[in-house]
Amino acid sequence: MAADDTMTEPDAPSIVEVSPDDARRTQTPTEPRAGSDRKAEKLLTVRNLSTHFFTPDGVVQAVDDVSFELGYGETLGLVGESGCGKSVTALSIARLVPNPPGRIVAGEVIFDGIDVLKMNDDEMRHLRGKEIGFIFQDPLTSLNPTLTIGYQIAESIRQHMGLSSAAARDRVAELLGKVGIPRAKDRLNDYPHQFSGGMRQRVMIAIALACDPKLILADEPTTALDVTIQAQILELIERLSDEFHTAVLMITHDLGIAAGMCDRVNVMYAGRIVETAVVDELFERPRMPYSWGLLDSLPRLDDVRGDRLRTIEGLPPLLIQPPDACRFEPRCRFARDICREDEPELTKRGDSHYARCWATEPDGWIP
Amino acid sequence: MDPVTVTMPEAGAAPTADMPDLIQVEDLKVHFPIRQGIFQNEVGTVKAVDGITFEVRKGETLGLVGESGCGKSTTGRAMIRLRDATSGTVRFDGIDLGTLKSDALRKMRRRMQIIFQDPYGSLDPRMTVGSIIAEPIDVHRLASGDAKKQRIQDLLRIVGLDPKYVNRYPHEFSGGQRQRIGVARALAVEPEFIVCDEPISALDVSIQAQVLNLLTDLREQLGLTYLFIAHDLSVVKHISDRVAVMYLGKIVEIGPPDVMYANPGHPYSRALLSAVPVPDPVLERKRKRVILTGDVPSPVNPPEGCRFHTRCWLYEQLGQPEQCRTIDPPIRTLTGDHGAACHFAEQAQASDVGVSHIEMTPVRRGTPEAALKTIRPELAGAQALEHTVDIAETVIGGPPTTGAATTDDGDAAATSGSSDADESKTEGVGGPPQAPLS
Repeated sequence: MAADDTMTEPDAPSIVEVSPDDARRTQTPTEPRAGSDRKAEKLLTVRNLSTHFFTPDGVVQAVDDVSFELGYGETLGLVGESGCGKSVTALSIARLVPNPPGRIVAGEVIFDGIDVLKMNDDEMRHLRGKEIGFIFQDPLTSLNPTLTIGYQIAESIRQHMGLSSAAARDRVAELLGKVGIPRAKDRLNDYPHQFSGGMRQRVMIAIALACDPKLILADEPTTALDVTIQAQILELIERLSDEFHTAVLMITHDLGIAAGMCDRVNVMYAGRIVETAVVDELFERPRMPYSWGLLDSLPRLDDVRGDRLRTIEGLPPLLIQPPDACRFEPRCRFARDICREDEPELTKRGDSHYARCWATEPDGWIP
Repeated sequence: MDPVTVTMPEAGAAPTADMPDLIQVEDLKVHFPIRQGIFQNEVGTVKAVDGITFEVRKGETLGLVGESGCGKSTTGRAMIRLRDATSGTVRFDGIDLGTLKSDALRKMRRRMQIIFQDPYGSLDPRMTVGSIIAEPIDVHRLASGDAKKQRIQDLLRIVGLDPKYVNRYPHEFSGGQRQRIGVARALAVEPEFIVCDEPISALDVSIQAQVLNLLTDLREQLGLTYLFIAHDLSVVKHISDRVAVMYLGKIVEIGPPDVMYANPGHPYSRALLSAVPVPDPVLERKRKRVILTGDVPSPVNPPEGCRFHTRCWLYEQLGQPEQCRTIDPPIRTLTGDHGAACHFAEQAQASDVGVSHIEMTPVRRGTPEAALKTIRPELAGAQALEHTVDIAETVIGGPPTTGAATTDDGDAAATSGSSDADESKTEGVGGPPQAPLS
């Protein structure tokens, strides 16, 4: 990871109007903090993060000037379609962006008061193993097929908690019980292929929770699973994050999951956050045409049958040299000239509700 | 171009109860042998589909839902004889498909087609779009020369692709556009029946809606009959006239979605419905979920009696009645068109598990009314265009004027070298496949 040497001073905050009372619940950047101050009020602060991929075709600006905050114990959703930069954002937080071709080119990631992008290798290892747990989409490829699951869960426990192997074994059995694997003690010596998809995801969750992390990065944790198993896993994540007071960054394309799991939701489009709000507010009063489009194009259980779906026409833009214009403008029915001329900022629309859209600004053309 | 907001007056309003059956499936079984050892001895069978009976009526969309491994895809394939049945019959328009020999079968295949899930795997990367669509036309000798060319262009237009791109290769298209190519290929032989095997599962939400609308429109315009296989209950409800729920090789419930979703008679359907996330935080908080424990049992060795009893919440609630363990319940009628395979369907319906939370509200959140009024007249006018042009909302490259009317620039001579550059010029509509990200 060569992010450190490319760090630049963070640009001016991208959100302008901020009153002190709502600073707590929004992604409002606050004054930069000293590097080693552990008494942060937010668990995670991402400020003006830009991650680019240097490909033969050009520089893909996968994540572009993204800022948000995540409180202790909070569940934050990162919602968007494939290619919008939500996974790259999560990978950037743990500095796991494959390099080359990817690189964090600007921004700050402050985890529990410390700038992740300035950490050395030892600190990084501690951060990834102990402080942050990961749950990825495909449990089969994230588990090592040649090692027993007991070993794989115990690995980080021995590394980071300094337990003896017997104590580690007990802890592993306890964890497996917690994530709902029956006869946990008997299954420590089983290999990943001996578990079903849902059970493997439970093993992943056990590994993620092994060292009592402060944050779990869950990247589409249930996308590969059936809906009844998905319900089991989501319930488990919700229950355990409550129990351990773990914050969760929930990356999903499923607005239903975001509605059910998250306290707050960031909607991403083409490398940028285009709307952010507390979950009820976002689903009740979205203020950005892309969010409307996402909600519109979803068939829902509580729908009256036969209504034609409203779609978002076209495709997301390429992120190589995006124009200085609203990135959603080519697909937006409400676009006017200003949308093609200048990119809107994330501006305030309500209590801790921010959107990036000229049309829904106070002086815009959509009331 | 304007996004589609046209409400189809009669979309989905096709009551099909009195239509004649197009396909009758009777006690269909598809078993796969498990072989082991150097002599490849048969050591067991996977009972993928294990005795199902239903019919597909002319002009209807029958949705088939279930979790992975429940046999829904195998059923779809057996219905057009891409798989041979182990036993049982599939009658298409009265003709037993199992008895047909090669020539007669080929003729029959013209009447039934399939659209696959994976728009990447189901198109040959070395064939141009034109030759992919031409293949079925050639096989069935439906057209040749200029007539064939014309037909390919018409097909592309019908599925909302610009006929100019007939010489392009699949990798030059996005997932949604490839799925449209798959649809055009299926339509090439003018089939009556199409098996849609998870046609939108691999696509992003906004693209899913585009393809769903396309399939609905084609059904209305061409009078097609669909078997729509999916794991997403919301999608199936949206598109289907009737829905069948499968579990472990059996159909456990079948009926019109409005009736069935409002009050399912099978505990499994109730559990499935309760597990589907709804994009409404308030609703999500007050729903009552049944979390099914454990995984689906192996189809090699399905449980005795009712196959669902090992995971059934109702079975536990009723104190584990014996008949659930011993007697496999047949589907019985609950009301009119709605049937379920459960000894205790009435008790299931009396419980509040799974559905009580869902209020069928016609109000969609999403684009607010106030916003719709601000669409400028010149854009609103575009919505009134002919319907097939509406389908073409993602015509790749050029604005509608290039593709919709003229035939000469859609000539097969359009070069594939013509590049992504001019695509991005056209107001970003379409454009080359997405950025290589996550």
